[in-house]
Amino acid sequence: MPCTVSMTVNGKAVSREVEERTLLVTFLRDQLGLTGTHVGCDTSQCGACVVHIDGRSVKSCTMLAAQADGAAVTTIEGLAAADGTLHPMQAAFREHHGLQCGFCTPGMVMSAVDLVTANPSPSEHDVREGLEGNICRCTGYHNIVKAVMAGAEAMQGGTMKAAAE
Amino acid sequence: MANPTGIGASVRRREDARFLTGRGTYTDDINRPGQTHAVFVRSPYAHARITGIDAAEAMRAPGVIAVLTGADMETDKVGSLPCGWLIHSKDGSPMKEPPHFPIARDRARYVGDAVAVVIAETREQAKDAAELVMVDYEELPAAVTSLKALEGGAPLVHDDVGGNLCFDWHLGDAAAVDAAFAQAAHVAKLDLVNQRLVPNAMEPRAALGEYDRATGEHTLTTTSQNPHVIRLLMGAFVLGIPEHKLRVVAPDVGGGFGSKIFHYGEEAVVTWAAKKVGRPVKWTAERSESFLTDAHGRDHVSHAELAMDKDGNFLALRVATIANMGAYLSTFAPSIPTYLYATLLAGQYKTPAIYAEVKAVFTNTVPVDAYRGAGRPEACYLIERLVEVAAAETGIDKAELRRRNFVPASAMPYQTPVALQYDTGDFAKNLDIALPLVDYDGFAARKAESARRGKLRGIGFATYIEACGIAPSNVAGALGARAGLYESAEVRFHPTGSVTVFTGSHSHGQGHETTFAQLVSERFGVPIENVEIVHGDTSKIPFGMGTYGSRSLAVGGSAIVKAMDKVERKAKKIAAHMLEAAEADIEVKDGRFVVAGTDKALTIGDIALQAYVPHNFPLDELEPGLDEQAFYDPKNFTYPNGCHVCEVEIDPDTGVVQVVSFAAVDDFGRVINPLIVEGQVHGGLVQGIGQALYENCVYDEESGQLITGSYMDYCMPRADDVPSFTVRYHEDQPCTHNPLGVKGCGEAGTIGASAAVMNAVVHALSEYGVTHLDMPATPERVWQAIRRHTPAQAAE
Repeated sequence: MPCTVSMTVNGKAVSREVEERTLLVTFLRDQLGLTGTHVGCDTSQCGACVVHIDGRSVKSCTMLAAQADGAAVTTIEGLAAADGTLHPMQAAFREHHGLQCGFCTPGMVMSAVDLVTANPSPSEHDVREGLEGNICRCTGYHNIVKAVMAGAEAMQGGTMKAAAE
Repeated sequence: MANPTGIGASVRRREDARFLTGRGTYTDDINRPGQTHAVFVRSPYAHARITGIDAAEAMRAPGVIAVLTGADMETDKVGSLPCGWLIHSKDGSPMKEPPHFPIARDRARYVGDAVAVVIAETREQAKDAAELVMVDYEELPAAVTSLKALEGGAPLVHDDVGGNLCFDWHLGDAAAVDAAFAQAAHVAKLDLVNQRLVPNAMEPRAALGEYDRATGEHTLTTTSQNPHVIRLLMGAFVLGIPEHKLRVVAPDVGGGFGSKIFHYGEEAVVTWAAKKVGRPVKWTAERSESFLTDAHGRDHVSHAELAMDKDGNFLALRVATIANMGAYLSTFAPSIPTYLYATLLAGQYKTPAIYAEVKAVFTNTVPVDAYRGAGRPEACYLIERLVEVAAAETGIDKAELRRRNFVPASAMPYQTPVALQYDTGDFAKNLDIALPLVDYDGFAARKAESARRGKLRGIGFATYIEACGIAPSNVAGALGARAGLYESAEVRFHPTGSVTVFTGSHSHGQGHETTFAQLVSERFGVPIENVEIVHGDTSKIPFGMGTYGSRSLAVGGSAIVKAMDKVERKAKKIAAHMLEAAEADIEVKDGRFVVAGTDKALTIGDIALQAYVPHNFPLDELEPGLDEQAFYDPKNFTYPNGCHVCEVEIDPDTGVVQVVSFAAVDDFGRVINPLIVEGQVHGGLVQGIGQALYENCVYDEESGQLITGSYMDYCMPRADDVPSFTVRYHEDQPCTHNPLGVKGCGEAGTIGASAAVMNAVVHALSEYGVTHLDMPATPERVWQAIRRHTPAQAAE
């Protein structure tokens, strides 16, 4: 049975008719062509599909598109500034070589941004615990942790700057 | 500082921009007009006769276009998936090589073996309809573990493979080993299991087949580490498509670790079906399907014995290994427990006599093939565990025992008794760097401090050597390889001086687009942003062998150097003409072509323009253009080596093992991009730690059902399971036989780490009298080991 879902994705209002069973991740990838959000497992373990729903990180394979009706969704494609300037967390991942094959990266970055939003100055331990729901097979996490700590610092700088303005 | 984007610079990766913004293009991201979706019907039994398939109901389901079976493939004369390496048994007979059809025909031989494929308008419709395909199975008893499969009376996986024995192979001098053992003052013995693992690249396998009726061309887009190998195997052996009508593309690939080397049946099915249904056909594995169908790794059961004299000098090593091949031979499966394993059993030691026997066995499980390290981690684990047992039994310090037996740097090149000739390596130096890094002398104090907190502490070593860049082709061919093992490159300067490099190597995380561009930037002084690296598309690149065995830089990079040599030779001729000098007087300095002793100079850009706009060009001596191709076939393997040291703390009440520190000292020869190399080490270490502490692929021994079929059952190492690492390397032992002096770094971490961790775990448990524990050292296993070795009164 098809149903209509409407939401804001990366700042743009979208509305589509979908099968009721359509997962949010399928909606983003297949209906909207936002293929930056990846599917790495079928048990909500790997975190490759993490997006932000109303500012909080969610594994987009764990919810139906219909459950996101009316929500504001941000995917990895919507994280950088409109002029293409990378979000401080994206920039930190590049600077610290926090990615290799790139497949877990979108989910990892989205989780990291949420982690730092909730805890602006995380310790290494906080970062490791906070990313427990995102599996990376390439990096051994070492450089991801470094990147997230650096990204956190940069985000704080950005926040302070924004607050001062 | 020299060129900031040249050799030795930690250039930030150029591929990251697209990956960080969600603009990577992985196979499942690609959609074609009119695309259909394939879902496979897979055997729920480990072993069953297929007595009938009724697809009528499935065909009536919404959106279904076709249901195809092994019989349809047989009608179309689709062949068997070929095996790329032939091993001969001790008696000279060739290995047993039963057919492996993309879709099973009369019998399913493992849980997940494809039985039919449903093609429908949407993935969901195909999935729904797959549930409606009625397959009649007659369940047969299964041979699940390698040991049971070898027992008399075990069910036969293939009727014509008696005893399920694929081959019974050996290497080394048995008589010399027997003689040495007869003289030994001490013999250390060990039985050990190198458990089965699931590679688990984060991108599940996927394949998209297309057929162009107008041109008769097939295109397969697939998650592959080596698209040309797939084109050759699938085109020539399975589907009978000539190469000029078959294009294979491996776009961005989300990790491989070996599991995406092989030609899988799904690739052949979508390519074949796309022509049959007249529309593109896409298949993407779900993770559960990946667990069931990706080739697994390791799965060795071994007995090893080390003979020593009274001073702890190694006299001889004797090894017997049983290797599980799974139900069919995957592409390179037979080479893994033979030429990539037994040849490494000398390790870093000058053990004069070695003899290894390897039995390869068919079982009713998914095929086993290369997984990161591929044979070499198994060899390293066996040797390094055995050396640690020897140290414990003789009372010789484990660092000292290793040092005493190292092949000295002065003995290089060193011929081992198991076929390889190491070119360079200073193993004592690796150890010398590592010991202070981990404060080896301070261990006793740290152990005492742990004990005050009720914890056990252990320290373990692994001094590994591996063989990378499998080669040369003629040697590999003599050992059974059915392919060459060279690599290709084309370096094309464009008229305005930018460069495109076409490489036969493939990047699925290794950062070739950066490292390979650094080679060009260094050589010709071209800004790195003016260098494009193209890989992964057989319609663009010269025939190449792809990426595995840490071969990309050593073999693929060397091919680029060879092509650049040709470019430089031609550019010198052009420069000589332009500068009105003798060719012999042209020198290349910092990327400029200079007339020796003058200030007359040209950049490669000036020369490229002249080459393509040949208005003033010696056309009678030189062709226009600046575009050169090269194939590089290595003279020898390369031999990365190093010393890994792990320290663990164990909570005896829970059995939980925590890796508290890990130091890796490696010799990779020359390093092009330190940032990328260190990242490769980190990732490798965690895969090794994963094997040591967490990962274990378990099949039910009776039914053959995969017990660890998801991330809920198969424990992947996560961020909070592992520490940060101390990684060092030195560059004073460059490879002597390739132009870059590089050895390869992709697998090293995985090769050393498992042994180092397990040696530390056993060391920590040694106060309970534990002398060995099989991987993974899960809390339950550690807890059980402590309980087993705790005297009753002590436990009370």
